[in-house]
Amino acid sequence: MSMIVNAELAARFGLSAEEYQKVLDIMGRVPSLTELGIFSVMWSEHCSYKSSRVHLKTLPTKAPWVIHGPGENAGVVDIGDGLAAVFKMESHNHPSFIEPYQGAATGVGGILRDVFTMGARPVANLNALRFGDPSLPVTQRVIDGVVRGIGGYGNCVGVPTVGGEINFHPAYNGNPLVNAMTVGIASQDKIFLSAAAGIGNPVVYVGSKTGRDGIHGATMSSAEFDEHAASKRPTVQVGDPFTEKLLIEACLELMATDAIVAIQDMGAAGLTSSAVEMAGKGGVGIELDLDHVPQRETGMTAYEMMLSESQERMLMVLKPERTEVARAIFEKWDLDFAIVGVLTDTAHITVKHLGTVEADIPLAPLADEAPLYHRPMTHAKPPARLGTVADPVGVEHALLTLLGCPDLASRAWVWNQYDSGVGGQTARRPGAADAAIVRVEGTKRGLAMTTDCTPRYCQADPRAGGAQAVAEAWRNITATGALPLAVTDNLNFGNPEKPEIMGQFADAIKGMGEACRALDFPVVSGNVSLYNQTSHPSGLSQPILPTPAIGAIGVIEDVTKAIGLGMPDHAELVLIGEIRGELGQSLWLREICHREEGAPPIVDLHAERRNGDFVRSMIAKGRVEACHDIADGGLLVAVAEMVMASGIGCHLDKPHYGTSLHAYYFGEDQACYVIATKHAAALIDEAEKAHVPVRHLGRTGGTNLVLKDGMSLSAERMREVNAAFFPKLMER
Amino acid sequence: MKAGIVVFPGTNRERDMEQALRLVSGKAPTMLWHRDTSLPDLDLIVLPGGFSFGDYLRSGAMGAHSPILREVRAFAERGGYVLGVCNGFQILTEAQLLPGALLRNAGMRFLSQDGFLRVEANDTAFTRDWAKGDVFRAPLAHGDGNYTASEAELDRLEGEDRVAFRYVCAKGGLDAKSRVSNPNGSQRSIAGVLSANKRVCGLMPHPENLVDPDLGATDGVPLFSGLVKSLVA
Repeated sequence: MSMIVNAELAARFGLSAEEYQKVLDIMGRVPSLTELGIFSVMWSEHCSYKSSRVHLKTLPTKAPWVIHGPGENAGVVDIGDGLAAVFKMESHNHPSFIEPYQGAATGVGGILRDVFTMGARPVANLNALRFGDPSLPVTQRVIDGVVRGIGGYGNCVGVPTVGGEINFHPAYNGNPLVNAMTVGIASQDKIFLSAAAGIGNPVVYVGSKTGRDGIHGATMSSAEFDEHAASKRPTVQVGDPFTEKLLIEACLELMATDAIVAIQDMGAAGLTSSAVEMAGKGGVGIELDLDHVPQRETGMTAYEMMLSESQERMLMVLKPERTEVARAIFEKWDLDFAIVGVLTDTAHITVKHLGTVEADIPLAPLADEAPLYHRPMTHAKPPARLGTVADPVGVEHALLTLLGCPDLASRAWVWNQYDSGVGGQTARRPGAADAAIVRVEGTKRGLAMTTDCTPRYCQADPRAGGAQAVAEAWRNITATGALPLAVTDNLNFGNPEKPEIMGQFADAIKGMGEACRALDFPVVSGNVSLYNQTSHPSGLSQPILPTPAIGAIGVIEDVTKAIGLGMPDHAELVLIGEIRGELGQSLWLREICHREEGAPPIVDLHAERRNGDFVRSMIAKGRVEACHDIADGGLLVAVAEMVMASGIGCHLDKPHYGTSLHAYYFGEDQACYVIATKHAAALIDEAEKAHVPVRHLGRTGGTNLVLKDGMSLSAERMREVNAAFFPKLMER
Repeated sequence: MKAGIVVFPGTNRERDMEQALRLVSGKAPTMLWHRDTSLPDLDLIVLPGGFSFGDYLRSGAMGAHSPILREVRAFAERGGYVLGVCNGFQILTEAQLLPGALLRNAGMRFLSQDGFLRVEANDTAFTRDWAKGDVFRAPLAHGDGNYTASEAELDRLEGEDRVAFRYVCAKGGLDAKSRVSNPNGSQRSIAGVLSANKRVCGLMPHPENLVDPDLGATDGVPLFSGLVKSLVA
């Protein structure tokens, strides 16, 4: 490929004609190749959020417990005792299709660095995965690689993978989603930020050596996929979890001293973005001498080094008198440590290599004049509510079909490849409760965490779907007894240059914002992944379902009081919330009737808040033995999941419904919880006093799920059906 | 009990082990670095789990050549007590302080799940707080846990009562051919073995992750309480 800098090369680097003209105006000359590379990655969708920023600004980001919101490497919230939770979720979608193992592995590595960069020890990983039609060989290849990659990286670095979610839909056939979340714990007075300061202070590079891997990765993730995706394999980075583990330990050891002025990991756009962001935020200049950059290969050019996305690297500004202390720590951990630059008063980023100035760009316009688009939008009319649908198969058949379907089948085959116990603080393993629970070391406190989104709802009605994703995350944390604190969002959408996609994006954010405000659940970090769209040789372009994945955390004061799905014998079942029988966009409708139709369930944020606050207060009073929210598959699936989790059966009362039996059992009504309690009368009484909809639902006992109409299914039989899908698909 | 935990680059269950030892013995262990060439006064050395040196060669192969292993070997030869868990077990076999080898799991995938162990020998410091035949829960978290040795070696281990633990199913059933009972395919379902003097013990599962009642289970406590009884003179 010719590397003569002109409008054509700029276009190949992903800059539009207008954007290239802006570069010429800022520079007052034709940029060098390295300079063009720096502009193109900094102004890529991935780094600049040029299509999404105007919408993201509308999200609520503040609360008294928020210490740092969006804009830092990760969000930081107060969890009491002088401690903070540091967390974020980030996508690695395109690389995970091209090279599933490395794509997913480096996704985990990248999000871990965002968290420990801030001074937090990572204590948990979660993920949100979307795959295509499971019957396709390509989907099975992607599942296998992604699961191995997440496990391979997380297990080796020794951070437990405690939760996550998986959905399947043909819209992800050519574009799976891999969203990885890390939660860390830091001391509130030891939070590290990225703004550089102190003219003359050394700029230090630590970690792995730089190679030619991942060059222009950020640009790749800012374009649609086509049939030549496989040829982009060289732009996927290769992960080394062992080095990451050393980097975590070395950085945390250094952070215990007072040597660090600023620190930032080298993520997307590598050395370029870390240097530009650190200097830009600090309002200082930065000069890099690439001769000192540790290199894995010979003959690398300045362009290649600045654009490399080699993994497991960090950039720091140190106090000059502490440089040797820092060097000794990194040498102890067998990591490269090199002074590669200095902070200057030029307000420029200057890059030298082999005695030549390869780049000299004023930082302010690089940031301030980055493109910002108010992209045109169209808004699809939300579908009408679903009319009456007859039940073609009966309750028992439908329940077994749902328990065995890809979206509801047991994920044990996946979880069992992730070390969920390392660290010794995991209180609730995957599947044991609605949210994973990890104790905060040295305290009785627990952090509850979850990832949630229902893309089929978002496709039908992005605003309702955005609100529902937030509400479900809040509900899942509430169902464990924890108080929901804050959200990280990972917004996966199609091509923002298409008005209908931009409309979905804006509407989903509107719904998310409404829910976050109603639930006091601010967004403190996030990531946007656009262009999740596959263009086919025919010219057709298939976008993914809009997928605003929500990662969330909450805190419970006493981890021993946390509630899971496991029901005791001889307890009463109580339903909190109102069942109207919402079958629109339900799994029942899709799996039983093969229809994806209607409006998604109504999200009543007032009811959500009232019901959830009530449930949490009952857990705090010790009145709850088990709790599970109603979600995919509806009431009967929720009850079946509790029976499977505990091995204890139950007898349900005759349903009180103003709707059909199948709508009552399988409708996906929101703001509802199934509770097992030994204090049913008191609980029902208190709910009535608080105007919370409540009903007696049944009694636990035996080992079968028994309905009044005669259905009786054993826990064992349901487990068998539920467990079959993944092993059958993946272990042939 | 004066315990020391060896940390290699890539070790990742040292904190779990430290918490377990502190909780059960009431005393914080000393952390040792793989480059150390001398040991403090110790009753017990623990090699914890993880991925020493990334396990990029064979699991445990690089760790077995760390400087501290010379000290660990000398300590064991003096009759000192050594416990290796998971990667620590792999290192002890690579260092030939224990016989056999840990191969890739039979299913060729990493396994993170509850394991159930049956106590086979209870006349050791590691197992004295269990009765022979007791079954307890211990989480598995490994990719290379498939215990293998020659038939003659396996016969010898059994003959000398040096099989410490076997994998069984939750109800205690032993079946080396079943992936439910013997998840990683270990020969003769062996989960843990002992040295000839029964003072070096290696096992794959993680009793150290089940010691805290606040986290729901204490199945792993007897391993540590037994050591405390034996080693606190």
